[in-house]
Amino acid sequence: MWTIAKREIGSYFKSPIAYVLIGLFVLLISIFFWPRLQASRGDFITILGDMGFFLIFIVPILTMRTLAEDRKNGTEVLLMTSPTSLYKIVVGKFIGAYTVFLVTTGISLIYPLIIIMMGGMFTIQLTGGYIGFLLLGAAFIAIGILASAVTENQIIAAIISFVALIVMWVADTLATTVGGIVGVILEWISLISRYQVFTKGILGLAEVVYLLSFTIVILFLTVRIIERRRWVQG
Amino acid sequence: MIEIINLTKTYGQVVAVNNISFTVKKGEIVGFLGPNGAGKSTTMNIITGYLPSTAGTVKVDGYDILTQPKEVKKRIGYLPEAPPLYRDMTVTEYLRFVSSLKGVPKGKQQGQMADIMELVGLTDHRKRLIDNLSKGYRQRVGLAQALVGNPEVLILDEPTVGLDPKQIIEIRRVIKALAQERTIILSSHILPEVSAICERVVIINNGVIAAEDTPSRLSKDINQFLKLTMIILGDQEKIVKTIKTIDGVNYIEASAKTGDNAYKYVVESDIDVREQVFYKLAKAGCPILESKPSTMTLEDIFINVVTQGTEVS
Repeated sequence: MWTIAKREIGSYFKSPIAYVLIGLFVLLISIFFWPRLQASRGDFITILGDMGFFLIFIVPILTMRTLAEDRKNGTEVLLMTSPTSLYKIVVGKFIGAYTVFLVTTGISLIYPLIIIMMGGMFTIQLTGGYIGFLLLGAAFIAIGILASAVTENQIIAAIISFVALIVMWVADTLATTVGGIVGVILEWISLISRYQVFTKGILGLAEVVYLLSFTIVILFLTVRIIERRRWVQG
Repeated sequence: MIEIINLTKTYGQVVAVNNISFTVKKGEIVGFLGPNGAGKSTTMNIITGYLPSTAGTVKVDGYDILTQPKEVKKRIGYLPEAPPLYRDMTVTEYLRFVSSLKGVPKGKQQGQMADIMELVGLTDHRKRLIDNLSKGYRQRVGLAQALVGNPEVLILDEPTVGLDPKQIIEIRRVIKALAQERTIILSSHILPEVSAICERVVIINNGVIAAEDTPSRLSKDINQFLKLTMIILGDQEKIVKTIKTIDGVNYIEASAKTGDNAYKYVVESDIDVREQVFYKLAKAGCPILESKPSTMTLEDIFINVVTQGTEVS
Protein backbone atom coordinates (compact mmCIF):
# COMPACT_ATOMS: atom_id res chain seq x y z
CA MET A 1 0.00 0.00 0.00
CA TRP A 2 2.69 2.49 1.02
CA THR A 3 4.87 1.25 -1.80
CA ILE A 4 2.19 2.19 -4.31
CA ALA A 5 1.45 5.49 -2.57
CA LYS A 6 5.14 6.39 -2.61
CA ARG A 7 5.46 5.64 -6.30
CA GLU A 8 2.36 7.69 -7.06
CA ILE A 9 3.67 10.70 -5.17
CA GLY A 10 7.03 10.43 -6.91
CA SER A 11 5.28 10.20 -10.25
CA TYR A 12 3.14 13.28 -9.57
CA PHE A 13 6.11 15.42 -8.72
CA LYS A 14 8.21 14.11 -11.59
CA SER A 15 5.58 15.11 -14.11
CA PRO A 16 4.31 18.66 -14.41
CA ILE A 17 0.85 17.65 -13.11
CA ALA A 18 1.44 18.39 -9.42
CA TYR A 19 3.04 21.78 -10.10
CA VAL A 20 0.40 22.84 -12.58
CA LEU A 21 -2.37 21.91 -10.17
CA ILE A 22 -0.78 23.66 -7.21
CA GLY A 23 -0.14 26.73 -9.34
CA LEU A 24 -3.68 26.77 -10.65
CA PHE A 25 -5.13 26.38 -7.19
CA VAL A 26 -3.03 29.13 -5.66
CA LEU A 27 -3.85 31.42 -8.57
CA LEU A 28 -7.57 30.87 -8.15
CA ILE A 29 -7.43 31.56 -4.42
CA SER A 30 -5.38 34.69 -5.00
CA ILE A 31 -7.94 36.05 -7.43
CA PHE A 32 -10.66 35.61 -4.87
CA PHE A 33 -8.58 36.68 -1.89
CA TRP A 34 -7.18 39.93 -3.23
CA PRO A 35 -10.39 42.01 -3.20
CA ARG A 36 -11.09 40.93 0.35
CA LEU A 37 -7.64 41.85 1.49
CA GLN A 38 -8.07 45.27 -0.07
CA ALA A 39 -11.39 45.71 1.65
CA SER A 40 -9.66 44.71 4.92
CA ARG A 41 -12.05 41.87 5.53
CA GLY A 42 -10.47 39.12 7.60
CA ASP A 43 -13.01 36.39 6.96
CA PHE A 44 -10.97 33.79 5.12
CA ILE A 45 -13.55 31.17 5.95
CA THR A 46 -15.82 32.35 3.13
CA ILE A 47 -12.94 31.72 0.77
CA LEU A 48 -12.91 28.10 1.96
CA GLY A 49 -16.35 27.84 0.36
CA ASP A 50 -14.87 28.97 -2.95
CA MET A 51 -11.94 26.61 -2.52
CA GLY A 52 -14.38 23.72 -2.37
CA PHE A 53 -15.70 24.86 -5.73
CA PHE A 54 -12.18 25.02 -7.23
CA LEU A 55 -11.74 21.38 -6.31
CA ILE A 56 -14.28 20.46 -8.97
CA PHE A 57 -11.72 21.53 -11.57
CA ILE A 58 -8.59 20.38 -9.79
CA VAL A 59 -9.55 16.91 -8.60
CA PRO A 60 -10.43 15.39 -12.02
CA ILE A 61 -7.00 16.32 -13.36
CA LEU A 62 -5.37 15.01 -10.21
CA THR A 63 -7.07 11.63 -10.27
CA MET A 64 -7.61 10.90 -13.96
CA ARG A 65 -4.38 8.95 -14.32
CA THR A 66 -4.49 6.93 -11.09
CA LEU A 67 -5.98 3.68 -12.40
CA ALA A 68 -6.59 4.44 -16.08
CA GLU A 69 -2.89 4.88 -16.78
CA ASP A 70 -1.98 1.52 -15.28
CA ARG A 71 -4.56 -0.15 -17.43
CA LYS A 72 -3.40 1.57 -20.58
CA ASN A 73 0.31 0.92 -20.00
CA GLY A 74 -0.13 -2.66 -18.89
CA THR A 75 1.40 -1.98 -15.48
CA GLU A 76 -1.92 -3.14 -14.06
CA VAL A 77 -0.68 -6.69 -14.72
CA LEU A 78 2.29 -6.10 -12.45
CA LEU A 79 0.12 -4.76 -9.63
CA MET A 80 -2.53 -7.46 -9.94
CA THR A 81 -0.11 -10.38 -10.14
CA SER A 82 1.95 -9.20 -7.19
CA PRO A 83 1.04 -10.61 -3.79
CA THR A 84 -0.90 -7.50 -2.77
CA SER A 85 -4.65 -7.16 -2.49
CA LEU A 86 -6.74 -4.98 -4.74
CA TYR A 87 -7.81 -2.95 -1.70
CA LYS A 88 -4.23 -2.04 -0.97
CA ILE A 89 -3.69 -1.00 -4.58
CA VAL A 90 -6.72 1.29 -4.60
CA VAL A 91 -6.01 2.75 -1.17
CA GLY A 92 -2.37 3.26 -2.17
CA LYS A 93 -3.49 5.22 -5.22
CA PHE A 94 -5.82 7.23 -3.02
CA ILE A 95 -3.09 8.09 -0.53
CA GLY A 96 -0.84 9.15 -3.39
CA ALA A 97 -3.37 11.57 -4.85
CA TYR A 98 -4.41 12.75 -1.40
CA THR A 99 -0.85 13.63 -0.49
CA VAL A 100 -0.64 15.98 -3.46
CA PHE A 101 -3.93 17.47 -2.31
CA LEU A 102 -2.51 17.91 1.21
CA VAL A 103 0.51 19.74 -0.14
CA THR A 104 -1.80 22.02 -2.13
CA THR A 105 -3.94 22.69 0.92
CA GLY A 106 -0.83 23.37 2.97
CA ILE A 107 0.22 26.03 0.51
CA SER A 108 -3.19 27.66 0.74
CA LEU A 109 -2.45 28.28 4.42
CA ILE A 110 -0.32 31.20 3.27
CA TYR A 111 -3.46 33.27 2.99
CA PRO A 112 -4.69 32.88 6.55
CA LEU A 113 -1.09 33.59 7.58
CA ILE A 114 -1.20 36.87 5.69
CA ILE A 115 -4.34 37.75 7.59
CA ILE A 116 -2.66 36.91 10.89
CA MET A 117 0.35 39.01 9.96
CA MET A 118 -1.98 41.88 9.31
CA GLY A 119 -3.49 41.55 12.73
CA GLY A 120 -6.13 38.90 12.20
CA MET A 121 -6.59 35.64 14.05
CA PHE A 122 -6.52 31.99 13.07
CA THR A 123 -9.89 31.20 14.57
CA ILE A 124 -11.36 27.92 15.74
CA GLN A 125 -13.95 28.32 12.99
CA LEU A 126 -11.22 28.42 10.40
CA THR A 127 -9.67 25.25 11.85
CA GLY A 128 -13.04 23.56 11.58
CA GLY A 129 -13.41 24.88 8.06
CA TYR A 130 -10.07 23.41 7.07
CA ILE A 131 -10.99 20.05 8.55
CA GLY A 132 -14.14 20.16 6.42
CA PHE A 133 -12.07 21.06 3.37
CA LEU A 134 -9.74 18.11 3.92
CA LEU A 135 -12.71 15.76 4.25
CA LEU A 136 -14.38 17.18 1.14
CA GLY A 137 -11.11 16.70 -0.75
CA ALA A 138 -11.01 13.04 0.32
CA ALA A 139 -14.56 12.43 -0.93
CA PHE A 140 -13.85 14.19 -4.24
CA ILE A 141 -10.63 12.29 -4.81
CA ALA A 142 -12.42 9.00 -4.12
CA ILE A 143 -14.94 9.89 -6.84
CA GLY A 144 -12.12 10.77 -9.22
CA ILE A 145 -10.44 7.42 -8.59
CA LEU A 146 -13.71 5.61 -9.19
CA ALA A 147 -14.02 7.40 -12.54
CA SER A 148 -10.46 6.41 -13.37
CA ALA A 149 -11.33 2.76 -12.72
CA VAL A 150 -14.09 2.59 -15.29
CA THR A 151 -12.06 3.58 -18.34
CA GLU A 152 -8.53 3.30 -19.66
CA ASN A 153 -8.79 6.74 -21.25
CA GLN A 154 -7.56 9.45 -18.92
CA ILE A 155 -9.49 12.23 -20.61
CA ILE A 156 -12.74 10.32 -20.29
CA ALA A 157 -11.94 9.60 -16.65
CA ALA A 158 -11.44 13.32 -16.06
CA ILE A 159 -14.70 14.19 -17.78
CA ILE A 160 -16.67 11.58 -15.84
CA SER A 161 -15.36 12.80 -12.50
CA PHE A 162 -15.88 16.44 -13.52
CA VAL A 163 -19.53 15.77 -14.38
CA ALA A 164 -20.04 13.72 -11.21
CA LEU A 165 -18.60 16.50 -9.06
CA ILE A 166 -20.70 19.17 -10.79
CA VAL A 167 -23.83 17.10 -10.17
CA MET A 168 -22.90 16.80 -6.51
CA TRP A 169 -22.26 20.52 -6.33
CA VAL A 170 -25.70 21.43 -7.63
CA ALA A 171 -27.48 18.46 -6.08
CA ASP A 172 -28.82 20.59 -3.28
CA THR A 173 -30.37 23.18 -5.56
CA LEU A 174 -31.70 20.48 -7.84
CA ALA A 175 -33.21 18.64 -4.89
CA THR A 176 -35.40 21.56 -3.89
CA THR A 177 -36.50 22.12 -7.50
CA VAL A 178 -37.22 18.49 -8.32
CA GLY A 179 -38.67 17.38 -5.02
CA GLY A 180 -40.13 13.94 -4.44
CA ILE A 181 -37.99 10.82 -4.12
CA VAL A 182 -35.41 12.05 -6.62
CA GLY A 183 -35.11 15.15 -4.50
CA VAL A 184 -34.49 13.07 -1.40
CA ILE A 185 -31.81 11.03 -3.17
CA LEU A 186 -30.14 14.17 -4.52
CA GLU A 187 -30.14 15.68 -1.08
CA TRP A 188 -28.64 12.53 0.26
CA ILE A 189 -25.64 12.63 -2.09
CA SER A 190 -25.15 16.36 -1.69
CA LEU A 191 -21.64 16.71 -0.36
CA ILE A 192 -21.90 20.45 -0.54
CA SER A 193 -24.69 20.85 1.98
CA ARG A 194 -22.46 18.97 4.42
CA TYR A 195 -19.46 21.04 3.52
CA GLN A 196 -21.33 24.28 3.99
CA VAL A 197 -21.84 23.38 7.62
CA PHE A 198 -18.07 23.52 8.05
CA THR A 199 -17.65 26.80 6.22
CA LYS A 200 -20.16 28.35 8.56
CA GLY A 201 -17.67 27.52 11.26
CA ILE A 202 -19.44 24.53 12.75
CA LEU A 203 -17.58 21.26 13.28
CA GLY A 204 -20.48 18.82 13.01
CA LEU A 205 -19.82 15.22 13.98
CA ALA A 206 -22.56 13.97 11.66
CA GLU A 207 -20.92 15.71 8.72
CA VAL A 208 -17.48 14.35 9.59
CA VAL A 209 -18.88 10.83 9.74
CA TYR A 210 -20.83 11.37 6.53
CA LEU A 211 -17.86 12.54 4.47
CA LEU A 212 -15.56 9.86 5.85
CA SER A 213 -17.98 7.05 5.16
CA PHE A 214 -18.74 8.51 1.72
CA THR A 215 -15.03 8.26 0.88
CA ILE A 216 -14.77 4.70 2.17
CA VAL A 217 -17.88 3.55 0.32
CA ILE A 218 -16.68 5.03 -2.97
CA LEU A 219 -13.25 3.40 -2.62
CA PHE A 220 -14.94 0.11 -1.81
CA LEU A 221 -17.09 0.51 -4.95
CA THR A 222 -13.94 1.15 -6.97
CA VAL A 223 -12.51 -2.19 -5.86
CA ARG A 224 -15.78 -3.93 -6.73
CA ILE A 225 -15.82 -2.35 -10.19
CA ILE A 226 -12.29 -3.52 -10.95
CA GLU A 227 -13.13 -7.01 -9.66
CA ARG A 228 -16.22 -7.12 -11.82
CA ARG A 229 -14.34 -6.01 -14.90
CA ARG A 230 -11.78 -8.79 -14.38
CA TRP A 231 -14.56 -11.38 -14.36
CA VAL A 232 -16.58 -9.95 -17.19
CA GLN A 233 -14.18 -8.89 -19.88
CA GLY A 234 -10.71 -9.54 -18.58
CA MET B 1 4.74 -27.76 -9.54
CA ILE B 2 2.13 -26.29 -11.88
CA GLU B 3 -1.11 -28.12 -12.49
CA ILE B 4 -3.57 -26.80 -15.01
CA ILE B 5 -6.85 -28.61 -14.61
CA ASN B 6 -9.68 -28.40 -17.16
CA LEU B 7 -9.10 -24.73 -17.70
CA THR B 8 -11.71 -22.85 -19.70
CA LYS B 9 -11.99 -19.15 -20.39
CA THR B 10 -14.72 -17.49 -22.39
CA TYR B 11 -15.08 -13.84 -23.32
CA GLY B 12 -18.79 -13.54 -23.89
CA GLN B 13 -19.47 -15.90 -26.79
CA VAL B 14 -15.83 -16.39 -27.68
CA VAL B 15 -14.07 -19.40 -26.18
CA ALA B 16 -10.44 -18.41 -25.76
CA VAL B 17 -9.28 -21.48 -23.85
CA ASN B 18 -11.27 -24.68 -24.01
CA ASN B 19 -10.83 -27.25 -21.27
CA ILE B 20 -7.07 -27.60 -21.32
CA SER B 21 -5.06 -29.59 -18.81
CA PHE B 22 -1.35 -30.12 -18.40
CA THR B 23 1.20 -30.26 -15.65
CA VAL B 24 4.69 -28.93 -15.35
CA LYS B 25 7.09 -30.69 -13.01
CA LYS B 26 9.47 -28.90 -10.71
CA GLY B 27 12.58 -27.74 -12.54
CA GLU B 28 11.09 -28.36 -15.93
CA ILE B 29 11.16 -25.86 -18.77
CA VAL B 30 8.12 -26.04 -20.97
CA GLY B 31 7.54 -24.30 -24.26
CA PHE B 32 4.08 -23.08 -24.97
CA LEU B 33 3.52 -22.84 -28.69
CA GLY B 34 0.66 -21.62 -30.77
CA PRO B 35 -0.32 -19.22 -33.52
CA ASN B 36 -1.50 -15.74 -32.60
CA GLY B 37 -4.80 -15.79 -30.79
CA ALA B 38 -4.53 -19.46 -29.82
CA GLY B 39 -5.00 -18.71 -26.14
CA LYS B 40 -1.37 -18.61 -24.96
CA SER B 41 -1.50 -15.23 -23.27
CA THR B 42 -4.93 -15.92 -21.81
CA THR B 43 -3.67 -19.13 -20.23
CA MET B 44 -0.65 -17.33 -18.83
CA ASN B 45 -2.78 -14.52 -17.47
CA ILE B 46 -4.90 -17.09 -15.66
CA ILE B 47 -1.92 -18.98 -14.23
CA THR B 48 -0.53 -15.76 -12.78
CA GLY B 49 -3.86 -14.69 -11.34
CA TYR B 50 -4.37 -11.64 -13.53
CA LEU B 51 -7.55 -13.07 -15.03
CA PRO B 52 -9.98 -15.41 -13.35
CA SER B 53 -10.87 -18.58 -15.25
CA THR B 54 -14.41 -19.33 -16.35
CA ALA B 55 -14.07 -22.95 -15.28
CA GLY B 56 -11.28 -25.19 -14.06
CA THR B 57 -8.35 -24.11 -12.00
CA VAL B 58 -4.62 -23.75 -11.70
CA LYS B 59 -2.53 -25.01 -8.82
CA VAL B 60 1.00 -23.87 -8.16
CA ASP B 61 2.96 -25.79 -5.54
CA GLY B 62 -0.38 -27.17 -4.32
CA TYR B 63 -1.99 -23.76 -3.85
CA ASP B 64 -5.12 -22.96 -5.81
CA ILE B 65 -5.07 -19.61 -7.64
CA LEU B 66 -8.72 -19.01 -6.83
CA THR B 67 -8.70 -19.74 -3.12
CA GLN B 68 -5.13 -18.80 -2.19
CA PRO B 69 -4.04 -16.26 -4.79
CA LYS B 70 -1.49 -14.65 -2.50
CA GLU B 71 0.47 -17.88 -1.98
CA VAL B 72 0.49 -18.51 -5.73
CA LYS B 73 1.48 -14.99 -6.66
CA LYS B 74 4.39 -15.11 -4.20
CA ARG B 75 5.83 -18.05 -6.11
CA ILE B 76 5.47 -16.67 -9.61
CA GLY B 77 7.48 -14.17 -11.59
CA TYR B 78 5.59 -13.02 -14.65
CA LEU B 79 6.77 -11.29 -17.77
CA PRO B 80 3.64 -10.41 -19.75
CA GLU B 81 3.64 -9.82 -23.48
CA ALA B 82 4.03 -6.09 -22.95
CA PRO B 83 6.53 -5.57 -20.12
CA PRO B 84 4.71 -3.72 -17.29
CA LEU B 85 7.07 -0.79 -16.94
CA TYR B 86 6.67 2.62 -15.36
CA ARG B 87 8.51 4.73 -17.85
CA ASP B 88 8.94 7.72 -15.59
CA MET B 89 11.25 5.74 -13.31
CA THR B 90 14.90 4.75 -13.64
CA VAL B 91 15.78 1.07 -13.78
CA THR B 92 16.91 1.05 -10.15
CA GLU B 93 13.88 2.98 -8.92
CA TYR B 94 11.58 0.65 -10.78
CA LEU B 95 13.20 -2.53 -9.51
CA ARG B 96 13.16 -1.17 -5.97
CA PHE B 97 9.45 -0.48 -6.35
CA VAL B 98 8.84 -4.03 -7.61
CA SER B 99 10.93 -5.40 -4.72
CA SER B 100 8.76 -3.63 -2.16
CA LEU B 101 5.62 -4.61 -4.02
CA LYS B 102 6.63 -8.25 -3.86
CA GLY B 103 7.56 -7.96 -0.22
CA VAL B 104 11.30 -8.47 -0.48
CA PRO B 105 12.76 -7.47 2.90
CA LYS B 106 14.43 -4.03 2.81
CA GLY B 107 17.85 -5.38 3.76
CA LYS B 108 17.91 -7.87 0.92
CA GLN B 109 16.64 -5.59 -1.84
CA GLN B 110 19.93 -3.95 -2.76
CA GLY B 111 21.89 -7.17 -3.09
CA GLN B 112 19.19 -9.00 -4.99
CA MET B 113 18.71 -6.12 -7.42
CA ALA B 114 22.43 -5.99 -8.12
CA ASP B 115 22.48 -9.74 -8.84
CA ILE B 116 19.51 -9.54 -11.17
CA MET B 117 20.84 -6.55 -13.08
CA GLU B 118 24.15 -8.35 -13.50
CA LEU B 119 22.40 -11.47 -14.78
CA VAL B 120 20.27 -9.74 -17.41
CA GLY B 121 22.96 -7.23 -18.30
CA LEU B 122 21.44 -4.02 -17.01
CA THR B 123 24.11 -2.93 -14.58
CA ASP B 124 25.45 -0.25 -16.90
CA HIS B 125 21.96 1.10 -17.53
CA ARG B 126 20.70 1.13 -13.96
CA LYS B 127 20.52 4.89 -13.64
CA ARG B 128 18.74 5.50 -16.91
CA LEU B 129 15.11 6.38 -17.28
CA ILE B 130 13.15 3.42 -18.64
CA ASP B 131 11.53 5.76 -21.15
CA ASN B 132 14.94 6.37 -22.73
CA LEU B 133 15.88 2.72 -23.07
CA SER B 134 15.67 0.82 -26.34
CA LYS B 135 13.12 -1.93 -26.77
CA GLY B 136 15.65 -4.65 -26.11
CA TYR B 137 16.71 -3.10 -22.83
CA ARG B 138 13.11 -2.56 -21.80
CA GLN B 139 12.53 -6.25 -22.39
CA ARG B 140 15.44 -6.94 -20.07
CA VAL B 141 13.94 -4.70 -17.42
CA GLY B 142 10.73 -6.70 -17.85
CA LEU B 143 12.64 -9.93 -17.32
CA ALA B 144 14.47 -8.44 -14.33
CA GLN B 145 11.11 -7.50 -12.84
CA ALA B 146 9.94 -11.12 -13.12
CA LEU B 147 13.06 -12.29 -11.29
CA VAL B 148 12.61 -9.99 -8.31
CA GLY B 149 11.78 -11.94 -5.18
CA ASN B 150 13.51 -15.04 -6.51
CA PRO B 151 10.30 -16.87 -7.51
CA GLU B 152 10.36 -20.62 -8.05
CA VAL B 153 8.17 -20.35 -11.13
CA LEU B 154 8.73 -18.10 -14.12
CA ILE B 155 6.02 -17.42 -16.67
CA LEU B 156 7.50 -15.70 -19.70
CA ASP B 157 5.21 -14.55 -22.48
CA GLU B 158 7.25 -14.18 -25.66
CA PRO B 159 10.41 -13.06 -23.89
CA THR B 160 12.42 -12.45 -27.06
CA VAL B 161 9.84 -10.69 -29.19
CA GLY B 162 11.15 -7.53 -30.81
CA LEU B 163 14.78 -8.13 -29.96
CA ASP B 164 17.65 -8.22 -32.43
CA PRO B 165 19.40 -11.57 -33.06
CA LYS B 166 22.26 -10.80 -30.72
CA GLN B 167 19.91 -9.85 -27.92
CA ILE B 168 17.80 -12.94 -28.55
CA ILE B 169 20.82 -15.17 -28.09
CA GLU B 170 21.70 -13.36 -24.92
CA ILE B 171 18.21 -13.53 -23.43
CA ARG B 172 18.11 -17.23 -24.29
CA ARG B 173 21.38 -17.71 -22.46
CA VAL B 174 19.88 -15.95 -19.44
CA ILE B 175 16.74 -18.10 -19.53
CA LYS B 176 18.82 -21.27 -19.80
CA ALA B 177 20.88 -20.18 -16.82
CA LEU B 178 17.71 -19.52 -14.86
CA ALA B 179 16.24 -22.88 -15.78
CA GLN B 180 18.67 -24.75 -13.59
CA GLU B 181 16.80 -24.04 -10.40
CA ARG B 182 13.41 -22.88 -11.57
CA THR B 183 10.27 -24.09 -13.24
CA ILE B 184 9.62 -22.15 -16.41
CA ILE B 185 6.76 -21.84 -18.85
CA LEU B 186 7.76 -19.92 -21.93
CA SER B 187 5.51 -18.98 -24.79
CA SER B 188 6.73 -18.22 -28.23
CA HIS B 189 5.93 -18.49 -31.85
CA ILE B 190 9.57 -18.63 -32.78
CA LEU B 191 10.06 -22.37 -33.05
CA PRO B 192 13.82 -22.79 -33.08
CA GLU B 193 13.79 -20.91 -29.83
CA VAL B 194 11.52 -23.44 -28.19
CA SER B 195 13.49 -26.40 -29.49
CA ALA B 196 16.69 -24.74 -28.33
CA ILE B 197 15.56 -24.06 -24.79
CA CYS B 198 12.67 -26.27 -23.83
CA GLU B 199 12.54 -29.84 -22.60
CA ARG B 200 8.92 -30.22 -23.43
CA VAL B 201 6.52 -28.52 -25.82
CA VAL B 202 2.81 -27.91 -25.51
CA ILE B 203 1.20 -26.84 -28.75
CA ILE B 204 -2.06 -25.00 -28.36
CA ASN B 205 -4.42 -24.09 -31.18
CA ASN B 206 -7.90 -22.58 -31.06
CA GLY B 207 -7.90 -22.88 -27.30
CA VAL B 208 -7.19 -26.63 -27.15
CA ILE B 209 -3.97 -28.58 -26.75
CA ALA B 210 -3.01 -29.98 -30.14
CA ALA B 211 0.14 -31.85 -29.12
CA GLU B 212 2.38 -32.28 -26.12
CA ASP B 213 5.79 -33.96 -25.94
CA THR B 214 9.54 -33.44 -26.11
CA PRO B 215 10.72 -31.73 -29.28
CA SER B 216 12.62 -34.83 -30.45
CA ARG B 217 9.75 -37.24 -29.83
CA LEU B 218 7.31 -34.91 -31.52
CA SER B 219 9.45 -34.97 -34.65
CA LYS B 220 9.53 -38.80 -34.61
CA ASP B 221 5.78 -39.07 -34.33
CA ILE B 222 5.17 -36.99 -37.34
CA ASN B 223 8.11 -38.28 -39.33
CA GLN B 224 6.38 -41.36 -40.75
CA PHE B 225 8.54 -41.62 -43.84
CA LEU B 226 12.19 -41.11 -44.41
CA LYS B 227 13.30 -38.32 -46.57
CA LEU B 228 16.82 -38.14 -47.99
CA THR B 229 18.46 -35.29 -49.78
CA MET B 230 21.34 -36.47 -51.94
CA ILE B 231 23.80 -35.18 -54.47
CA ILE B 232 24.69 -37.84 -57.01
CA LEU B 233 27.12 -37.73 -59.90
CA GLY B 234 26.02 -39.24 -63.20
CA ASP B 235 23.29 -39.35 -65.78
CA GLN B 236 20.07 -38.07 -64.34
CA GLU B 237 17.67 -40.40 -66.09
CA LYS B 238 19.70 -43.46 -65.19
CA ILE B 239 19.87 -42.50 -61.56
CA VAL B 240 16.16 -41.89 -61.28
CA LYS B 241 15.44 -45.24 -62.92
CA THR B 242 17.89 -47.06 -60.64
CA ILE B 243 16.48 -45.61 -57.46
CA LYS B 244 12.92 -46.29 -58.52
CA THR B 245 13.67 -50.02 -58.64
CA ILE B 246 14.41 -50.09 -54.93
CA ASP B 247 11.65 -51.52 -52.71
CA GLY B 248 10.05 -48.93 -50.48
CA VAL B 249 10.91 -45.85 -52.47
CA ASN B 250 7.78 -43.99 -53.36
CA TYR B 251 9.00 -40.69 -54.58
CA ILE B 252 12.08 -39.31 -56.26
CA GLU B 253 12.63 -35.86 -57.51
CA ALA B 254 15.64 -34.49 -59.29
CA SER B 255 16.21 -30.83 -58.66
CA ALA B 256 18.99 -28.33 -59.02
CA LYS B 257 22.19 -29.05 -60.83
CA THR B 258 25.00 -28.62 -58.35
CA GLY B 259 28.09 -29.24 -60.41
CA ASP B 260 29.37 -30.87 -63.59
CA ASN B 261 26.91 -33.67 -64.22
CA ALA B 262 25.89 -33.72 -60.53
CA TYR B 263 22.30 -33.20 -59.43
CA LYS B 264 20.44 -32.88 -56.20
CA TYR B 265 17.79 -35.52 -55.52
CA VAL B 266 15.08 -35.88 -52.92
CA VAL B 267 14.11 -39.46 -52.13
CA GLU B 268 11.17 -40.37 -49.97
CA SER B 269 10.52 -43.90 -48.77
CA ASP B 270 8.53 -45.92 -46.26
CA ILE B 271 11.52 -47.80 -44.89
CA ASP B 272 15.19 -47.14 -44.45
CA VAL B 273 16.60 -47.50 -47.96
CA ARG B 274 20.00 -45.95 -47.49
CA GLU B 275 21.92 -49.20 -47.80
CA GLN B 276 20.06 -50.27 -50.94
CA VAL B 277 20.53 -46.90 -52.54
CA PHE B 278 24.26 -47.08 -51.91
CA TYR B 279 24.77 -50.52 -53.44
CA LYS B 280 22.53 -49.95 -56.43
CA LEU B 281 24.09 -46.66 -57.32
CA ALA B 282 27.57 -48.08 -56.86
CA LYS B 283 26.70 -50.87 -59.27
CA ALA B 284 25.36 -48.35 -61.75
CA GLY B 285 28.57 -46.39 -61.44
CA CYS B 286 26.97 -43.29 -60.04
CA PRO B 287 28.78 -42.18 -56.90
CA ILE B 288 26.87 -40.49 -54.09
CA LEU B 289 28.63 -37.25 -53.29
CA GLU B 290 26.43 -36.25 -50.41
CA SER B 291 23.51 -37.71 -48.50
CA LYS B 292 21.62 -36.39 -45.51
CA PRO B 293 18.31 -37.26 -43.92
CA SER B 294 15.94 -34.36 -43.73
CA THR B 295 13.98 -34.92 -40.54
CA MET B 296 11.08 -32.65 -39.89
CA THR B 297 11.86 -29.53 -37.99
CA LEU B 298 9.68 -28.31 -35.20
CA GLU B 299 8.35 -25.84 -37.70
CA ASP B 300 7.01 -28.61 -39.94
CA ILE B 301 5.49 -30.33 -36.93
CA PHE B 302 3.89 -27.16 -35.79
CA ILE B 303 2.34 -26.42 -39.15
CA ASN B 304 1.25 -30.02 -39.40
CA VAL B 305 -0.38 -30.11 -35.99
CA VAL B 306 -1.98 -26.73 -36.30
CA THR B 307 -3.46 -27.35 -39.75
CA GLN B 308 -4.68 -30.79 -38.72
CA GLY B 309 -6.32 -29.17 -35.73
CA THR B 310 -8.10 -26.70 -37.95
CA GLU B 311 -9.33 -29.44 -40.25
CA VAL B 312 -10.81 -31.34 -37.34
CA SER B 313 -12.61 -28.33 -35.98
